[in-house]
Amino acid sequence: MSDVIVVGAGVVGAACAYYAARAGLDVTVVDRGPVAGGTTGSGEGNVLVSDKEPGPELELAMLSNGLWRALAEHGGFEFEPKGGLVVAETDEIQRRLTELAGKQGVEHAMVSGAELRDYEPHLAEGLAGGVYYPQDAQVQPMLAAASLLRHGAESFGRGTLRLRLGVTVTGVLRSGGRVTGVRTSQGDVLGDAVVNAAGTWGGEIAALAGVELPILPRRGFILVTEPLREPLIRHKVYTAAYVTNVASDSAGLETSAVVEGTPAGTVLIGASRERVGFDRTTSVPVLARLAEQAVALFPALREVRAIRSYCGFRPYCPDHLPVIGADPRVPGLYHACGHEGAGIGLAPATGHLLAQLLAGERPDLDLRPFRPDRFSEEAA
Amino acid sequence: MTGAPYDLVVVGGGPAGVAGALTAALAGLRVALLDSGARLGGQYFRHAAVPEREPGLDRFLLQARLLDGRADVLTRHQVWNVSREPGGDLTVHALTRDSSGERPVTLRARRLLIATGAHDRPLPFPGWDLPGVLTAGGAQALLKGGGVLAGRRVVISGTGPFLLPVASGLARAGAAVLGVYEANGGLGLARHPLLALGKAGEAAAYAAALARHRVPYRTRHAVIAAHGEREVEAVTVARLDPDWNVLSTRIVGCDTLAVGYGFVPQIELGTQLGCETRGDPDGSPVLRVDAAQRTSVPGVWAAGEPTGVAGWRQAEVEGRIAGRAIVGEARPIARRGPDGVLLRRRRQWRAFGEALQRAYPVRPGWQSWLRDDTLVCRCEEVPLARVREALELGATDARSVKLLARPGMGWCQGRVCGYAVSCLAGEAPRPPRRPVAQPVTLGALAEAAPEDSPDEAAQ
Ligand SMILES: Cc1cc2nc3c(=O)[nH]c(=O)nc-3n(C[C@H](O)[C@H](O)[C@H](O)COP(=O)(O)OP(=O)(O)OC[C@H]3O[C@@H](n4cnc5c(N)ncnc54)[C@H](O)[C@@H]3O)c2cc1C
Ligand SMILES: Cc1cc2nc3c(=O)[nH]c(=O)nc-3n(C[C@H](O)[C@H](O)[C@H](O)COP(=O)(O)OP(=O)(O)OC[C@H]3O[C@@H](n4cnc5c(N)ncnc54)[C@H](O)[C@@H]3O)c2cc1C
Repeated sequence: MSDVIVVGAGVVGAACAYYAARAGLDVTVVDRGPVAGGTTGSGEGNVLVSDKEPGPELELAMLSNGLWRALAEHGGFEFEPKGGLVVAETDEIQRRLTELAGKQGVEHAMVSGAELRDYEPHLAEGLAGGVYYPQDAQVQPMLAAASLLRHGAESFGRGTLRLRLGVTVTGVLRSGGRVTGVRTSQGDVLGDAVVNAAGTWGGEIAALAGVELPILPRRGFILVTEPLREPLIRHKVYTAAYVTNVASDSAGLETSAVVEGTPAGTVLIGASRERVGFDRTTSVPVLARLAEQAVALFPALREVRAIRSYCGFRPYCPDHLPVIGADPRVPGLYHACGHEGAGIGLAPATGHLLAQLLAGERPDLDLRPFRPDRFSEEAA
Repeated sequence: MTGAPYDLVVVGGGPAGVAGALTAALAGLRVALLDSGARLGGQYFRHAAVPEREPGLDRFLLQARLLDGRADVLTRHQVWNVSREPGGDLTVHALTRDSSGERPVTLRARRLLIATGAHDRPLPFPGWDLPGVLTAGGAQALLKGGGVLAGRRVVISGTGPFLLPVASGLARAGAAVLGVYEANGGLGLARHPLLALGKAGEAAAYAAALARHRVPYRTRHAVIAAHGEREVEAVTVARLDPDWNVLSTRIVGCDTLAVGYGFVPQIELGTQLGCETRGDPDGSPVLRVDAAQRTSVPGVWAAGEPTGVAGWRQAEVEGRIAGRAIVGEARPIARRGPDGVLLRRRRQWRAFGEALQRAYPVRPGWQSWLRDDTLVCRCEEVPLARVREALELGATDARSVKLLARPGMGWCQGRVCGYAVSCLAGEAPRPPRRPVAQPVTLGALAEAAPEDSPDEAAQ
C-alpha cells in the first residue's frame, strides 16, 4: 500500500510524484498509456511568465520557473532559457503591452520597433515594438516528464516511486467516505491518498469519485517545419493577440502566431484554440492560418517546409485556472489537473505545492484560487 | 479553387489508379488523376527496364494513352491532404513545382479513389546509412537510367519474390549481381510462388535470367552489415536460422547493396479522412474496403496496395472494380455490378498476395543484427541505444518511443523507420497519423487559408 497514488503520468503527474517522493512519501503512478502519452506528448514545452495576467496563475508560473531551473540541473532533459519576445503590430497594442508588463512585476525589457531586429533579425518590417521577457524558457516536455519519474525513482530510496503503465483507473475505492485507493484494469491499487493528475480526463477521474470537475478539451494544432541548418528564430516569439486568445471564453477558433526554434533545428508554429470536443480531424484551414500568421511575422519562413503537424487537447476549466488541492467533498482525494495551455510550465509548482499538502506542510502559495469546489459554489 | 467539383479525383497513377480513372472516364465521368511522379506508371511500370520489357507494360501504356484527353492527368502533383468540406465534397490539396517554384493546387471532388501504392519496407542494420545502400525499389528506379548501373557490383538482400525482378533487371542492365540473399527459406527458386500461381513463364524468365548471368540465389541468407569508409565497399552476409539469428558470416566485396523486406501500403490519405483500417497478414495496416472497393468513409474508394500488397495485376483489377462501382454510384441508371471475372481474379490475386506475405515474413532475429550505435532513424540520427533508453523511460509503444527519442520525426515522417520502431517497441505497426502527408512550404500552405473570419473557418 502506497502513501500516494498518482493517476496520470503526464508532466503534472510526474511532478507530483517526484515532489511527493522527495517529501518522503511512498508513491505509485498509474497511467493507462505510456509516460507522457497524453496532452504532455502534444505540448510545445514553453515555460512562460510573459503571457500571464497578474494574479494567482502568474505567481504559480514564477514559482514554477525557478523550480524548472533547479530540476534541469539533474539532467535528462534540456531546459533552454531562451527568453520570450512579445511583438506588437501597432502602437496601440504596444501601449497595452507596456501597461501589462508594468503590472506583472516580471523582469522584462521594452523593445522599440527599431530594436526588434536586434532580438530577431528575421522579423517582418513595420512592427511597432515589443516586450522581451528573459525568464521565458522551453523544455522538451516528454523527456522532462520521463526524467522526473526516473529521477524520483532513483533518488529517494528503492521502491519509493513506482510506475505502472498500461493500467487504466476504472473506479475510486472508498471506505467510510475516505478514499482508499483506485480500482484498475489490473486490480485494485491501495493508497492513503489519490492524486488526480489525469489532465484533460481529470473530470472523468473526479466523476469516478462522485464529484464534478468541469474540465473540457480545448484543441490546439502545431505545425512543425523541416530542420533548418541555421537557426532562424532565437526566442519564443509571439504576437500580442496570443495573450487575449489564451484568456478568451469563445468556443470558436482563435489563432495567433507563436513561433520558435527547437534544439533539433525545427521551427514550431502555433497556436490555435477551439473547443470541438476530442475531434482529431485535421483542419486544413487552421493549419493554413497558422502558416499565414507565421509567415507574416517571419517572411523568411515562406520557403520553409512544414513536414508534420499534430494536435492535442488542453485541459480547460471555465475560469482558465488549474485545479490544485485537496477535494473537501471527498477526503483523501487531491486534484492536480486542468492546466490548459500552461501545464508544462506550471507542473513543478503544482507538484511542489501538492506534495507540501500531502506531507502536512503549509503550501508556499495560497491554493484557494485553485480549489476544486470553486465551480459548484459559483453555480449555486 | 476553381469550378465545379470533379466526379472523381484519383490519387496515384500506377496500375490501380490508371485503371480506375480510365473506367470512370470512359463512362463519361469528369475525372482528374494526380501523381507525384513525372510520368504515369507507379512503382512498377514507371521504372520498367528497357529494352526487355516487363510483362504487362504494353497493356499499361495503352491504358495510360487512352486516359490522355479523357481525364485531367496531373503529373508532378503531390497530394498532401484530403479533407471533407462541410457541404460533403472533398478537397484535395496538392503541390506542384514549376519554373516559378512550388505552387498549391486545390481540387474539389465528389468522390476520391486512393491508389497511392506502397513504399519499400527496409530494416535497419549496421551501415545501412552508407551511400551505395539502396532499397529494392530505389534500385529499380535507377534502372530507368540504364547505364548508371553498368559495371557496378551489386548485392541484393531481403525477403520476398520482388527481389527477383530487381535482380534480373540489374543483371540485364549490365551490373554484376554477386548474389541474391533471401532471408526466408524453404521455397527456393524451384518452388517460387510465381510458379505456383501459374506465372511459370514469368518466374522461369527471372530464373533463366539469373542463371544466364550466373547470379547465385541463396535462401536463409541475408546481408546483416554494410562496411565502407565513405560508401559501401563490402557487406557481411550471414547464414540464418529460421528466426533469422546468425549462424555464420562471411564478407562479400561490392559497391552497391539493394535491400527490401516487403512493403508498407501508403494509407495516410485514407486515415486523414478517418477510413477504417485492418491488419494485413504481414501486420501492415491497410484500408478496409468492401466488395466494391469502398472504404468505410462515404465517397472514398481505395484500390491497389493501400488495400493490401498483392502485385500489379491485383492493383489493376481493383482499380477497375472501383471504377465500375464509382460509375454505378454516379450514374445510377447505368448501374451494373462488377462482372464475375473481375471478382474471381481479385479473389485469386488476393489469396496470392496473402500467401506471399505468409511465405516471406519478417522474423524477429533481425534485431540481433543491430548494435547499440546502429541508426534506427536516419533522418533524426537516432541510434538503437536511444530507442532502448526510451523504452526504459516508460515508452510502451512506437508513438511514445517517437516522443521520447525522436525516431520518425524527421523528413520522411517515419516511412523508413516506422516498421522497425514498432517491432522494437513490441507492437504491430499502427495506422499512420500524418495530417501533412508530404512536406509543404509554409508559403503554399498559407495560400490555403480561407479569406473569411477565423471563426467561420472553424465551422
Ligand atoms: C498544441 C498544444 C500546445 C501546448 N503548448 C504548451 C506550452 O508551450 N507550454 C505549456 O506549459 N503547456 C502547453 N500545452 C498544455 C500542456 O500540454 C498541458 O497543460 C499539460 O501537458 C497537461 O499535463 P497533464 O500531466 O496534466 O496531462 P496529460 O499529459 O494529458 O496526462 C494525463 C495522463 O492521465 C492519463 N489518464 C487519463 N485517464 C486515465 C485513467 N482513467 N486511468 C489511467 N490513466 C489515465 C492519460 O493517459 C495521460 O497520460 C499545450 C497543449 C497543446 C494541446
Ligand atoms: C522492387 C519491386 C519489384 C516489384 N516486382 C513486381 C513483380 O515482379 N510483379 C508484380 O506484380 N509486382 C511487383 N512489384 C509490385 C508492384 O510495383 C505493385 O504491386 C504495383 O505497382 C501496385 O500498383 P498500385 O497502382 O497500387 O501502386 P503504384 O504502382 O505504387 O502507384 C502509386 C502511385 O501513387 C503515387 N502517389 C503516392 N502517394 C501520392 C501522393 N500523396 N500524391 C501524389 N501521388 C502519389 C506514386 O508516386 C505512384 O506513382 C514490385 C515492386 C517493387 C518495389
